[in-house]
Amino acid sequence: MSRVRVLVGTKKGAFVLTSDGKREKWDISGPHFAGWEIYHVKGSPVNPNRIYASQTSGWFGQVMQRSDDGGKTWEPIGNEFKYEGEVGQHLFYDGTPRPWAFKRVWHLEPSLADADAVYAGIEDAALFRSGDGGKSWQEMTGMRLQGTGDKWAPGAGGMCLHTILIDPTRHERMYVAISAAGAFRSDDAGKSWRPINKGLPQPYEGADPNAEVGFCVHRIAMHPSRPDVLFMQKHWDVMRSDNGGESWQEVSGNLPTDFGFPIDVHAHEPETIYVVPIKSDSEHFPPDGKLRVYRSRTGGNEWEALTKGLPQSDCYVNVLRDAMAVDRLDSCGVYFGTTGGQVYASPDGGDRWSAIAEHLPPVLSVEVQTLA
Amino acid sequence: MIRVVLPYHLRNLAKVGREIELEVAAPVTQRTVLDALEARYPMLRGTIRDFDTQKRRAFLRFFACEEDLSNESPDAPLPEAVASGAEPYYVVGAMAGG
Repeated sequence: MSRVRVLVGTKKGAFVLTSDGKREKWDISGPHFAGWEIYHVKGSPVNPNRIYASQTSGWFGQVMQRSDDGGKTWEPIGNEFKYEGEVGQHLFYDGTPRPWAFKRVWHLEPSLADADAVYAGIEDAALFRSGDGGKSWQEMTGMRLQGTGDKWAPGAGGMCLHTILIDPTRHERMYVAISAAGAFRSDDAGKSWRPINKGLPQPYEGADPNAEVGFCVHRIAMHPSRPDVLFMQKHWDVMRSDNGGESWQEVSGNLPTDFGFPIDVHAHEPETIYVVPIKSDSEHFPPDGKLRVYRSRTGGNEWEALTKGLPQSDCYVNVLRDAMAVDRLDSCGVYFGTTGGQVYASPDGGDRWSAIAEHLPPVLSVEVQTLA
Repeated sequence: MIRVVLPYHLRNLAKVGREIELEVAAPVTQRTVLDALEARYPMLRGTIRDFDTQKRRAFLRFFACEEDLSNESPDAPLPEAVASGAEPYYVVGAMAGG
């Protein structure tokens, strides 16, 4: 019978939740790396027992960890992320130029073909790759130096490269997203990049309607069977592209608010997508104190609230950008973690939910592995 | 032997106890002690000193013989009591945050 492993990064350590295919009873191990912020934990699709983790701390900086036994034991790996070439300047919050400086690793994306290859998205925004299982990291300079970097500025959480997507049908096509620069695409395995932000609504009235960058993209998701279709949760606005990011259309439709962080796609239904609406950029909690996942079965525009098993009063948690994932079982499971320390799971595509962990530290990231 | 006391989280990272002993060739300075520490425990690289500048991370402090050495030159000789192993060299996490 298949099993599911949920990898949870929190503000005070990592947790590994496991269950059989029924997804009714869960074992929780952890905290791993207790006391450290774990921005992201993700397993290799080539070797699911190979898991990479980003461990960071205001005191001790960045540490990277790797497990080769499914998260039971861990070993520190290389943690030096050195910008290559001339380190230029980006815009700071006040519009003044500021030199790039490494702060932390936000996101890890293991290669689809090689368990020793893994990409890292970092703050200040840049893309790194390791080809030796994380022992050493090299910057993919074509990303940071693609030509618009002097116009990039941090979002409220920092200038982070937080999303990395690899087209499973042609690995040379990759996407990244940066807050608050926007989305970018490479068609040559990460050597060169260009902005793909045409059609994204401008955040401010009077802003340049033709700006190439300057968009606070929160998350992008794709379904592996249709990699040219992208779904985006922007700071405000839920968007979709049907042409690999060449242009975007808004699909917020009847959402109660189109602000939010995560977005994900059903494992078997490429037009079924999920978001968690948040009241506003200054009120990071669900509208009306009701934690509701919204599901669209039409690729956007028409949304239904999923509430069964979720708190429907006095709930003021947030769900961060990397804190939602799906499994690949026949009845697709959907998972998300909250800043209140709950991890919710639905074994039936979102119809009913239950908390599979209730009292963790604030959840930063959730990934799911479906194991044979 | 130079004795070094690490903060809790770095002990866990390096999988060592509260105090470790290091061979450090003269001159015994903060730089040579930390170089020896990182050579023995490479997972500590970047966690005490910045990779690029080799400066102390902002929320760490260095103490020995009841003196705060955090802002002393990294190349200044450490007290004889540290060089002889009579007293340990402390790497301490600042009391900040939570």
